[in-house]
Amino acid sequence: MIRVHSLTFGYSQQLPIFQSFDWTVERGETWAIIGSSGCGKTSLLYLLAGLLKPTSGEISIEGEVIARPRPGTGLILQEYGLLPWSTVRQNAELGLRVRNFYGPDGRHAPQSHQRSQNIMPWLERLGIAHLADKYPSQISGGERQRTAIARTLALHPDILLMDEPFSSLDAVIREDLQSLTLELCEEQGITLIMVTHAIEEAAVMGRKILLLGQPPNTKPGIFANQNAGNAEYRQTNEYLEICKTLRRELNDETP
Amino acid sequence: MKRRDVLLAALGLLILWQAAAMLVNRPILPTPIVVTRVFFSELTRGLSDHALASLWRVMAGTMLSVLTAVPAGLAVGGSARLNRFVSPIIYLLYPIPKVVFVPVILLFLGIGDAAKIAIIFLILFFQIVVLVRDQAAALPPQLFQSLRSLGAGRRALFRFVYLPASLPAILTALRQSVGTAVAVLYIAELFATQRGLGYYIYYNGSTLLNYPAMYAGVIAMSLLGLGLYFTVDWLERILCPWKFVN
Repeated sequence: MIRVHSLTFGYSQQLPIFQSFDWTVERGETWAIIGSSGCGKTSLLYLLAGLLKPTSGEISIEGEVIARPRPGTGLILQEYGLLPWSTVRQNAELGLRVRNFYGPDGRHAPQSHQRSQNIMPWLERLGIAHLADKYPSQISGGERQRTAIARTLALHPDILLMDEPFSSLDAVIREDLQSLTLELCEEQGITLIMVTHAIEEAAVMGRKILLLGQPPNTKPGIFANQNAGNAEYRQTNEYLEICKTLRRELNDETP
Repeated sequence: MKRRDVLLAALGLLILWQAAAMLVNRPILPTPIVVTRVFFSELTRGLSDHALASLWRVMAGTMLSVLTAVPAGLAVGGSARLNRFVSPIIYLLYPIPKVVFVPVILLFLGIGDAAKIAIIFLILFFQIVVLVRDQAAALPPQLFQSLRSLGAGRRALFRFVYLPASLPAILTALRQSVGTAVAVLYIAELFATQRGLGYYIYYNGSTLLNYPAMYAGVIAMSLLGLGLYFTVDWLERILCPWKFVN
């Protein structure tokens, strides 16, 4: 579904982060991208989101080359994604309002878009319906991320990109949201790609794990982690093994 | 701040005035009771016309500055390149007390309302540009990336991010400078006009030596300033409810 073909990307005057990089993601997969800071994991996510442009090579999704944000791709960032002056309900509605604002033009909103603004079922699904009239400053970090997830899922994306979405949250809330995210992606048939710097999170979330090293990245380091996402996976030896492997690989990568 | 506390403070100030007037005991400082009586009788004898003339000048100057300074501030704050070019200019012009331009503006724009409105415009314009620019520049890039990923282009970013983000900055700028604007309006209305509270106060105080009427004018001008200040407060509560939670 996602084809990264011969991707080269770098910020000007610097060593490229990616050089002739190839990578493929199939529909319905859940991926974790891990690597130390500066390895380019966030850049890769922004490239997939159409917010950055490759220096050369191309990224195509469903056969279409990405040149700008694509209506079917949702993006959730660590923080600051909510409008401070809007309530939870208004923030969650924002994606729909942006689409209503442009109409179904196929560029900002899919051509099949129908005007709608009923966000409440999504707020209920994410357990934040009772916070609908609160402002972001009045709710917890976990609740803010639930709002961001509701806002994105209300647009019925087929790909969900997440950039360290839970790294500022408490452990219990983080695990809750990790499970909820996997559950929702399964339920909605969404392909998930999550960037993280935490080994444990990568091991829990990614049935496949992409490990990025020091730039330039030329070949994807891929680790299979088939049973991730199952309940109680954290308690298994398999989980501990993949954590160990990833830790070793990351240490080797760090000069 | 509680409304009751504000009323109590007003009462305290009036008592202080009354005591001072009784101590001084000269025509140049009449008591608040005398002034209040004259204030109401003067309202029907032209004071309200003068007040309306002043109010119109302040409102027109404010509207004009908001309508021009907000787009300018958003444009500068939203573009690092433009900011680099314009900021040194603003940096030089911003601290200059605009009131010194009153004679210049009167020379260029003459005796009509245009000169008075231009002066108020000049004072408010820089305040609003600076605050809106800083507000726009301080918006976290993550906010824009999130919105662009939701499909927002330039127009939607303007509608859903820049415009609402500039509102509190506009109101802060107005709160900070509306008092100055009224003060400078007084100066501007001393010259080449026979309408406006500035003229009314000066004419009654220096030419007619009608001190109670002069103080009635001072009261009217204070009420004008206070009214504008309260209006800004009220607008902020209506337009920025998120600032008043917690």
